[in-house]
Amino acid sequence: MQLPPALRARLVGGPGAAEPLPVVRDPAAGRAPFRFVARKVRFPREHEFFEDGDVQRHLYLQDVLTQVAEEPQRSRVPEFTCQVAGCCQVFDTLEGYEHHYHTRHRHACSFCKRAFPSAHLLDTHILEWHDALFQILSERQDMYQCLVEGCTEKFKTSSARKDHMVRLHLYPADFWFDKPRKSRGCVRLATPGPCVPLSAEALGGGGEQSEGDAMEVCAAEDVAIPWGAPSESRAVAARMEKRTYSRRIPSTICFGQGAARGFKSTKKRDQRL
Amino acid sequence: MWNRRQGRLRPAGCGVEELRRRRREREAALRKARREQQLVSKRLLREDALEETGGGGVATILGEAEIQQFLQLAQRGTEEKEREKALVSLRRGLQHPETQQTFIRLEGSMRTLVGLLTSNQALLQLEAARCLHELSHSEQPAVAEACLPATSYLLTYLSGHSSDFIELCLYTLGNLIVESEAVRRQLLPQGIIPALAACIQSPHMAVLEALGYALSQLLQAREAPEKIIPSVLGSTLPQHMLQLLQPGPKLSPGVAVEFAWCLHYIICSQVNNVLLITHGALSTLELLLLDLAGAVQRTEDAGLELFFLRKQSSLLPEGLWLLNNLTANSPSFCTSLLSLDLIEPLLQLLPVSNVVGVLVLTVLCNVAEKGPAYCQQLWPGPLLHSLLDILAFSDIEVVDQSLELLQLLFLYRPEVCFLPRLPRPSCSNQGYRPWRSVRQPSSRIVCVLSRR
Repeated sequence: MQLPPALRARLVGGPGAAEPLPVVRDPAAGRAPFRFVARKVRFPREHEFFEDGDVQRHLYLQDVLTQVAEEPQRSRVPEFTCQVAGCCQVFDTLEGYEHHYHTRHRHACSFCKRAFPSAHLLDTHILEWHDALFQILSERQDMYQCLVEGCTEKFKTSSARKDHMVRLHLYPADFWFDKPRKSRGCVRLATPGPCVPLSAEALGGGGEQSEGDAMEVCAAEDVAIPWGAPSESRAVAARMEKRTYSRRIPSTICFGQGAARGFKSTKKRDQRL
Repeated sequence: MWNRRQGRLRPAGCGVEELRRRRREREAALRKARREQQLVSKRLLREDALEETGGGGVATILGEAEIQQFLQLAQRGTEEKEREKALVSLRRGLQHPETQQTFIRLEGSMRTLVGLLTSNQALLQLEAARCLHELSHSEQPAVAEACLPATSYLLTYLSGHSSDFIELCLYTLGNLIVESEAVRRQLLPQGIIPALAACIQSPHMAVLEALGYALSQLLQAREAPEKIIPSVLGSTLPQHMLQLLQPGPKLSPGVAVEFAWCLHYIICSQVNNVLLITHGALSTLELLLLDLAGAVQRTEDAGLELFFLRKQSSLLPEGLWLLNNLTANSPSFCTSLLSLDLIEPLLQLLPVSNVVGVLVLTVLCNVAEKGPAYCQQLWPGPLLHSLLDILAFSDIEVVDQSLELLQLLFLYRPEVCFLPRLPRPSCSNQGYRPWRSVRQPSSRIVCVLSRR
């Protein structure tokens, strides 16, 4: 600290620190025409008193960067490849590799290779897509947790959850990280690109649509069908889903990562797209 | 971090005078905007590899066809590099307001961009986010509002791990937040406050500064006292904010500035300041203030007094306001003021400005009104002389407050009145007569003088 220690101690000590002088007031003090009264003052936020400070604040915000800046010094290293099996991305900066790793591998589902931005979303995905016990339990109690940070609501089905997220949290109906679990029949396969081993279509060098990668088909089958539910309720759910949401993405628009399933399907493929 | 992104600020051939003039213009514009409650400022993160722009940095205007072409290429290009380049070109074009307008009017464009934002190709994701960031910085409300479909993703990515990417998302969100109430009406139910509360635990200073910025924009909103601040106070954000303001080696100035502003907006909204106090706000802020004062003192000692006096003058009213609230109802603080010999330095501030003068006098009144024991410390001393000096040249409010102080002094220290050479105070340059034209304090002047 730079202030003299004694001074600082006195200032920090608070009201009890100094021995206060005796207070003796004369009633004549406040008598008209004098009207001074010692009082604390509060200013509301829009008060003129804060104008100078606010102006300084906004100058600070505007001053700080309005021009094209130099690229921050990213140390370039000799090119190297991602170490994760099956991934052949190449990097020449550590930051680039880090970002790639976090985006593609850090929270990737080991069953279906789908990547998520956070551990929370990955865990939820694994539970809901790959956990048999979850499916069983979900028939008896509300297991589908709302995906919005801070919301603890749970729902019976993933479509009920989606409904909640759309209506209450104003999330988009086609929120990418809440794709409903598909019945296996409608999955299309990837035509493998270069250096793509069998189980890792999703990680192929092409990424999304290049080289005819798999696309998640947005079709009539695009419903949340509880695994193991009787076919009747499945059909009902399908119909309801179609009515409630028009999440059809025009076939001319395709985006996002095509998550391939873990094994090749022998069933009929959807011919669209 | 802003420091490492600060580039060359001066266009070539721009003199100091020109800069000063621009700054004055901007200040005037900001004051006007504040009075109209239209104060909106945004931050822009822009990093361009100089070798690609050729050092020029002029954004090109893209037409509809070009935008479409870039989007398609980004989406379906075969070569990764090709796709990235397409997005980079789009991003550069989006630096121009006209391109922004064309973009938002193009059907499906935002949809495609959002899709690219969810790509698990890291570089595509980053470039898509940069495009969004350019759009978020627009002064046109329509452009910023066109970014609404992306907000759920921006929030989701706050719980990710790439600090640069998170920083970008936060600045983009901050820019969107300040744009309109419509945006905030979407972001609040989307869970922005819990998302920020989770993100504030990041160890990266750049992320924290960005978060502070976004939060300050949220707290600055007109509807904040009713709709935003209660939720913020109910979250873990206040505790984390105060922690980040603790003085010490880990204190980052950029971060501290943002969170200090957050606290200001919360506190002056008077929603629940007691809660902040229970979290230790008072002691944190006291210590921080002492730390800053120490830093100022150090630079003063280094011979930069002139520079700091100029800087400090904008802090004077706030400092004196603080002093008023400390001394108003506290005999201890008043005693401390006296025993630490702070009266004379205060008197030196009297001539700075009318506002400052009134505040100094109010603080002195706080001391004097506590009785004879306090007034005894005020006189003999420079007080009376300084008072009478300023009475000659001051405006009505200063005179008013001076008379209040004089009255207290004469009441509790009657011997002051018998000074033989006490000059007559005057409120204008015209001598005694105009006292009658000064209606407000005239009766008081008579009262005060009648004690002599």
